[in-house]
Amino acid sequence: MTSNALNATALLGKMEQELSALLSQGTRPDPMMIGIHTGGVWLAQRLHKALKLESPLGVLDISFHRDDFDQSGLNPRVQPSQLPCTTEGRHIILVDDVIMSGRTIRAAMNELFDYGRPASVTLVTLLDLQQRELPIQADIIGGTLAIDPDQIVKLTGPEPLALEIRNRSAD
Amino acid sequence: MFEPTDPNQIQLTPEGELKHFITTEGLSRELLTEILDTADSFVDMSAKQVKKVPLLRGKTVVNLFFEASTRTLSTFELAAKRLSADVLNLNISTSSTSKGETLKDTLMTLHAMHSDMFVVRHSSSGAAHFIAEHVTPDVAVINAGDGRHAHPTQAMLDMLTIRQAKGEFAPLTVAIVGDILHSRVARSQIHALRTLGVKEIRVIAPNTLLPRHIETLGVKVYTDMLQGIRDVDVVMMLRLQKERMNSALLPSESEFYKLYGLTMDKLALAKPDAVVMHPGPINRGVEIASSVADGDRSLILDQVTNGIAVRMAVMSMAMSGQTKTRANLIQAGES
Repeated sequence: MTSNALNATALLGKMEQELSALLSQGTRPDPMMIGIHTGGVWLAQRLHKALKLESPLGVLDISFHRDDFDQSGLNPRVQPSQLPCTTEGRHIILVDDVIMSGRTIRAAMNELFDYGRPASVTLVTLLDLQQRELPIQADIIGGTLAIDPDQIVKLTGPEPLALEIRNRSAD
Repeated sequence: MFEPTDPNQIQLTPEGELKHFITTEGLSRELLTEILDTADSFVDMSAKQVKKVPLLRGKTVVNLFFEASTRTLSTFELAAKRLSADVLNLNISTSSTSKGETLKDTLMTLHAMHSDMFVVRHSSSGAAHFIAEHVTPDVAVINAGDGRHAHPTQAMLDMLTIRQAKGEFAPLTVAIVGDILHSRVARSQIHALRTLGVKEIRVIAPNTLLPRHIETLGVKVYTDMLQGIRDVDVVMMLRLQKERMNSALLPSESEFYKLYGLTMDKLALAKPDAVVMHPGPINRGVEIASSVADGDRSLILDQVTNGIAVRMAVMSMAMSGQTKTRANLIQAGES
């Protein structure tokens, strides 16, 4: 954990640099960036603008693909996914704010594949909490952070972007 | 004799979430809006290659139809399948009850099959409520039309169609035209429209097809269609429920069409941007002219599309409420 582990702007800058370097290799031509609702969308909006990507930005809501419906029920604030162009055969840059168990990303990929079969999916997250329950890893991360089991990390935004550590009971 | 409790005692969880969907009566504006918002998300699923989500995967939905229906049954079936449920369609009128089995016996049999949701259509008012009172706490019941009482999913798909076309409910004047007396759709529509806050609801029908004291539901009553349709934003036509009429309540269908059938001439009295709806199936030339039903102000096919989305929303919300109820019961040490 570094001193700027919770500095969202600094972490975003690191992500932008690494993603720019990755895309400059030319292995992911004309990438399509998709943010996971809601924090991932805020980050994707900034990365999309900074990297001057041509394909319009997409938004993914994973509520219908969560694996905890039998415990938690339906999210009452479902937002429809909005993918402005076809994902079939495209190189997808999937953006989320925090990766912890990996379950959100599993759900996001299930939702994504319902729109078509992408050529590749590159996962970009701001913060890795390293509490994986599924074998899913991000390709680019802003930083890593260790938190207590009763804590969660929340990205607030969109302006300014800030990371906060909260107790689960207070969320 | 079955004496139903307050429907909202049974159809809502203690937290106010949907557990069964029996009637639109008494539900809050927030809950009706949540149904519409959730349905909107399902409408957008049509953009996907795979028009399916896993919310009810592993669940068994039984369409328990004691009364014949094609459109409602098929949209409920499709909705359940798009939620990844296993679906069993039972046409009870031709099977168990005709062999002398009671409704309760049928339910017990279906319970033993570990069904998770019953979608019930019945010619008797209160049938869905009765079933909801007798199922175990982990089973959701959706009313797909009971007698003259309620058809809440039809009303909600109508509300979704109106919201898509008009945006807001508050400034609207809505006319409901036709066989109000036998219509469970009209009752559910009136409750939903009132809760969602439309400015004015009018019912237009001959005296013989108007329930007594209908004005107590907060509607304006017109027996003259030319007056009633004037300056309305939405015209909701109803089907003539000839199968529910015990005696001749109409001189003739042609007389009804002349006075209450929606023609281009009559529609011209409504606002220029007024839209036309009908729950189907349409009796062309009886309730509505083909030129209106197929015209550019008709939302009849949008209603069909929205029917699937609304039924998906209601089914997933009810199952969600049941899930939480069951979790609370387990936590409290009950079974």
